[in-house]
Amino acid sequence: MAYAFPEEVLEHVFSFLTSDKDRNAVSLVCKSWYEIERWCRKRIFVGNCYAVSPKIMIRRFPEVRSVELKGKPHFADFNLVPEGWGAYVYPWILAMSRSYPWLEEIKLKRMVITDESLELISKSFKNFKVLVLSSCDGFTTDGLAAIAANCRNLRKLDLGESEVEDLSGHWLSHFPDNCTSLVSLNIACLASEVSLLALERLVTRSPNLRTLRINRAVPLERLPNLLRRTSQLVEFGTGVFSADVRSDFFSNLTEAFSSCKQLKCLSGFWDVVPAYLPALYPVCSRLTSLNLSYATCQNPELGKLISQCHNLQRLWVLDFIEDTGLEELAANCKDLQELRVFPSDPFAAEPDTTLTEQGLVAVSDGCPKLQSVLYFCRQMTNAALVTIARNRPNMIRFRLCIIEPRTPDYLTLGSFDAGFGAIVENCKELRRLSLSGLLTDRVFEYIGAHAKKLEMLSIAFAGDSDLGLHHVLSGCDSLRKLEIRDCPFGDKALLANAAKLETMRSLWMSSCSVSFEACKMLAQKMPRLNVEVIDERGPPDTRPESCPVEKLYIYRTVAGRRFDTPGYVWTMDEDTAVRLT
Amino acid sequence: MEGYSRKWVMQRGEEINHGNSEEKKLELRLGPPNGDWSSSEKDETFFPFSYMSKDNHAQKFSSFLQLQSTAQKQSQMVQESSQTICTKTADLQSTEKKKAFSQTATVHNSAQKRTAPAPVVGWPPIRSFRKNLASSSSSVKSATETTQNVVPSKSANKKPMEICQKGLFVKINMDGIPIGRKVDLKAYDSYDKLSSAVDQLFRGLLAAQNDPSTGGNEKKEDGEKTISGLLDGSGEYTLVYEDNEGDRMLVGDVPWHMFVSTVKRLRVLKSSDLSTLTRAAKQLT
Repeated sequence: MAYAFPEEVLEHVFSFLTSDKDRNAVSLVCKSWYEIERWCRKRIFVGNCYAVSPKIMIRRFPEVRSVELKGKPHFADFNLVPEGWGAYVYPWILAMSRSYPWLEEIKLKRMVITDESLELISKSFKNFKVLVLSSCDGFTTDGLAAIAANCRNLRKLDLGESEVEDLSGHWLSHFPDNCTSLVSLNIACLASEVSLLALERLVTRSPNLRTLRINRAVPLERLPNLLRRTSQLVEFGTGVFSADVRSDFFSNLTEAFSSCKQLKCLSGFWDVVPAYLPALYPVCSRLTSLNLSYATCQNPELGKLISQCHNLQRLWVLDFIEDTGLEELAANCKDLQELRVFPSDPFAAEPDTTLTEQGLVAVSDGCPKLQSVLYFCRQMTNAALVTIARNRPNMIRFRLCIIEPRTPDYLTLGSFDAGFGAIVENCKELRRLSLSGLLTDRVFEYIGAHAKKLEMLSIAFAGDSDLGLHHVLSGCDSLRKLEIRDCPFGDKALLANAAKLETMRSLWMSSCSVSFEACKMLAQKMPRLNVEVIDERGPPDTRPESCPVEKLYIYRTVAGRRFDTPGYVWTMDEDTAVRLT
Repeated sequence: MEGYSRKWVMQRGEEINHGNSEEKKLELRLGPPNGDWSSSEKDETFFPFSYMSKDNHAQKFSSFLQLQSTAQKQSQMVQESSQTICTKTADLQSTEKKKAFSQTATVHNSAQKRTAPAPVVGWPPIRSFRKNLASSSSSVKSATETTQNVVPSKSANKKPMEICQKGLFVKINMDGIPIGRKVDLKAYDSYDKLSSAVDQLFRGLLAAQNDPSTGGNEKKEDGEKTISGLLDGSGEYTLVYEDNEGDRMLVGDVPWHMFVSTVKRLRVLKSSDLSTLTRAAKQLT
């Protein structure tokens, strides 16, 4: 019956399943499907490198070609995870080098990767093609030189927003002369100068290059030359975008940009001199993605550039765009799906740009496809949030950061409970939400009741009691990641929803009210959770049991406790629990 | 590996169903003695929000807080604020929102006093990467107003410079302390200020390290001694840095602005180790 199909046929059918979720579902059907599926799974995504061990992964999936791993908690991006926390990739690389000689792709996010690991990668995998390091650290340009020198079939090297120790710009010249396979090269995060000659030679012999993002140190004067060698580019990230203003150079640059007929994505623009922005005008109508989030220029130049990009789908920009620029955006860019507005001066006491709730309302009104928002601003109203929610029920990601914590609605002086309530009530497909401003437990009641597809929630300076956290944990059925800081959430809500934590990838709580006692109880109650207390004041058992812990990171795991914790991390295990009883 | 999750859930579900009594006894009870809202045999779902439909939940919530204040230290505070909120929740159900809002505001004011030593670490949530990039010494060349067909913007020169002054974060580590930090060099304008900032950063950690029982923040003055003599080598520790060429240098040897423009990372070394280090360096050269 079910075995009417030979294995090969099922394997072929499974090969059309691209999502991990479907693959997982298939492997749960029956033992034989589980077996067939595990032998033909080529891609693995591990959302938390401590949730499973390399050994377990290799045992179940012997034929993997592509591995994606994530390490530190998301709040590490904002300096909340102390240095040396962990997420070392070396044990993974070592194990894979022995079992996956045909591994082709490694993608890492927020992991520590040493030069030793990079060297091991470069020498272990014969057909290695893709290395993506997003927000990683621990390595130097020496490690990159090893990758360049040894990975003969390298297609993609993407350093994302990694912190690379820059020893020398000469690593680029380690790409051998017969390396012609590059499709994508992103070195935008490097600080020091790279060898321009090596870069130009490399891109010249890479006929398939589609993505090139160079770093700030590459002078604008070199762009025309570089672009003429790479006219097939789809995505380009410039270096510094300033130079002495000369009309001959300006026309040179304009010509170089317009020769790139495939260009769709632009980024870079450090230290932009607005006088050179018109050089982009000829390509504006082709652009679908524009990252101006390092471009410190203002209106009218900014608005003028953006309003010519009629096919724009994604825009990242600084708050210099102001409400007026966003109104132009709304009027001209009808395909916009994603908008991110970053603060130019996040620590200033007073706003120095006119960016308010009105800009976002205008975009929500004018751009019917808008589904992803990250918006930093200093004032907001419930009325605006309600309007946005009604305008854009298709919203999937909504992250609002009102910069001053606990800011009320400036018109009613009330909380934003109703505003965010409207967002979760109207946007049924919402998967990611970040809250800010003055909020009471009530907003969490709305979230628990409506946000049934929410997968990631970030909370800061909000709520008034355990009830808030309880609403979220008990109501948000699809929640996978929850991160909380500076909220009065404590033991009761956490312990009451202990079982929920095993359905989630992770929970981060810092500066909340969870006691050391409760952490121990939770670990005892849920042996498959790693409950890690991060406390830089010293061992938590030297303080009263009821004393709140500084930071708490909880995640499910099949690998047991980890053994690479630094001195300020304490894993609550059965031993501590036994001592407690 | 998301595939594991379902299996877990199922297994966990079974465990909970069979829930042994030992575990039950240890469980921190959340509800009032009889009307509990944590998972019980009849409530096997992981999402026990059914209790929310009871109309008198607010009263129950407050009463269990009064009956069962297990936590000793912060319980008083939690209790106070929760009571306010519970009455507030009741209000919300019947009356205008405005009234409740004003009450919330007072609750929050008190909470703010408790937790808000401004500026707050990690807030607003902007990647340190982004901050660094926006601030690292830029080569903003002044757009000269010379040429004809391109018009330089009036504001172009002003804004980037302001951003440049915002922050320059470098990593700093101290011998014997596992936790690294970052300092914003733009926040100081002299070696003396940097030195006292380093003292502030590590003093407590060092004390906690030497004598874990002091427990850090609580007793600031007791076990902690000032980390002094960082710059002239007279103290137990000396501040050194790695410059952009990877060389290790003594902090204080060059003018401040030159230091700021070349420093890559900082390190607080034991002065006793330093002498061997400089000797080694001398031998190399």
